[in-house]
Amino acid sequence: MTISHAAPPLHRTALPRLLPPAPADLRAHVELHGPLPSANGLVAALRDAGLSGRGGAAFPVHRKLEAVAEAGLRTGRTPVVVANGCEGEPASGKDAMLLRLAPHLVLDGLRLAAEAVGADRAGTTYLAVERGSGLRAVLESALAERGQGRGQERGQEPGQHQVTLVEVPPRFLSGESSALTGFISGRPALPRFPQPPPRERGVGGAPTLVQNVESLAQLALVARHGAAWFRAVGTPAEPGTMLCTLHDAWSGPRVMEAATGTPLRRLFGLAPQGSPQAPVQAVLVGGYHGSWLPAAALDARLSAADLGVPLGAGVLAALPADRCGLVETARVLRYLALESAGQCGPCLNGLPRIAAACTELARPEAATRRPGLLADLARWSGLVQGRGACHHPDGTVRLLRSALTVFAAEAQAHVAGFCRAADATPLLPVPAEAPQEGAA
Amino acid sequence: MNVTVDWTACTGHGLCAELLPELITLDEWGYPLVQGVPVPSEAVRRARRAAADCPVLALKIRRQHS
Repeated sequence: MTISHAAPPLHRTALPRLLPPAPADLRAHVELHGPLPSANGLVAALRDAGLSGRGGAAFPVHRKLEAVAEAGLRTGRTPVVVANGCEGEPASGKDAMLLRLAPHLVLDGLRLAAEAVGADRAGTTYLAVERGSGLRAVLESALAERGQGRGQERGQEPGQHQVTLVEVPPRFLSGESSALTGFISGRPALPRFPQPPPRERGVGGAPTLVQNVESLAQLALVARHGAAWFRAVGTPAEPGTMLCTLHDAWSGPRVMEAATGTPLRRLFGLAPQGSPQAPVQAVLVGGYHGSWLPAAALDARLSAADLGVPLGAGVLAALPADRCGLVETARVLRYLALESAGQCGPCLNGLPRIAAACTELARPEAATRRPGLLADLARWSGLVQGRGACHHPDGTVRLLRSALTVFAAEAQAHVAGFCRAADATPLLPVPAEAPQEGAA
Repeated sequence: MNVTVDWTACTGHGLCAELLPELITLDEWGYPLVQGVPVPSEAVRRARRAAADCPVLALKIRRQHS
């Protein structure tokens, strides 16, 4: 999948904040944003700015910084900071886009976060990206520009702020924070039992801040311009901008920086309601652990409060009226089931069953011959929810339940033996499946 | 106190459901379904026993609010 960067800014005066039109080397970056500011007062500025994490969980950034700094002082261990650029999700392209266009903004944020939590020794800052993403060369040259050569370092202390570049396996769950800290500690990139959390015991057992790369870039801007500047766009409750990856039928997947509060219709570049252009039947908000919403969501604002569902990492998809939402959902569920780490019994047992049943539901000729299909889906959903080390089962069930609600009429049609969709072209991307032993 | 399961460790032996039937039942795949309520005082000793006897030490006893 090629994801383009939608260049035209929405509000010419304020946006885009994060994404320059072309990759910014260090000189261009400093011209654009000015030199690296101080980390003094950063946590308070982040609190006043109301910056929330952009990796999916939307946790307040200042609280995570405070918790890690506090754990470092309490345990006497130097904290570790990990910039998380492992998107994992095939429908998301915003972190890779950000790292390509503005690597220095992310590296500024990483440096500032490290200073703020006291991660000031050699080997305490990491930048993690997916293997095969092609980002290593970009980031190595960005680090070299900042005076960091391979194995060489400059600075007050040897290696003090040297960033270690880490490439993780390109799997959906590799970017989960405990999987990431585990991998950097030399274990497989798998989520682990969430007690104690990485902020207490992460990389090598040290208190670890894992922060999405967009969160760090936003942090670097808050450090430069302050909270009031940050809040000048966006809604009061969810201020600022966020990077979104958009999928629709009329143009290719694209990354866009949008102020929160922007109506989704405008984000997608759709004509006002009632015009004949490209009728949409549903919108996916929050990616593959997200929720389907009815088309009326196009007239709501980009905000978790307004939409009533989490925004996740900003993946949005507009499903055309002539496609089948159940077919789309079944394909994604199959992908999610294959991406289960297979560690937790309910996920290991439930997700493949859920995916198989949803695949049957997506095919009317199979759905009519399978009594109790919807009841099975409902029961298995209840059995996997909240019963895993990570949120993979919960997110998967969220997607399924929203599909069964929004596409309820379509599901009834399928059970009765027909599908109302005219166009079978897939909208949501999933990677090609590697041949698996025993797979059909 | 309440009981939680380390899902990465649990392999569905089911011993916990035998020792703590009022708190734990098994799902259709043999994994524990834990009632999200505090352990009643009369079951505290059995809960500790269940945690200690779990063959893979997947059952965790935790004080509340921690």
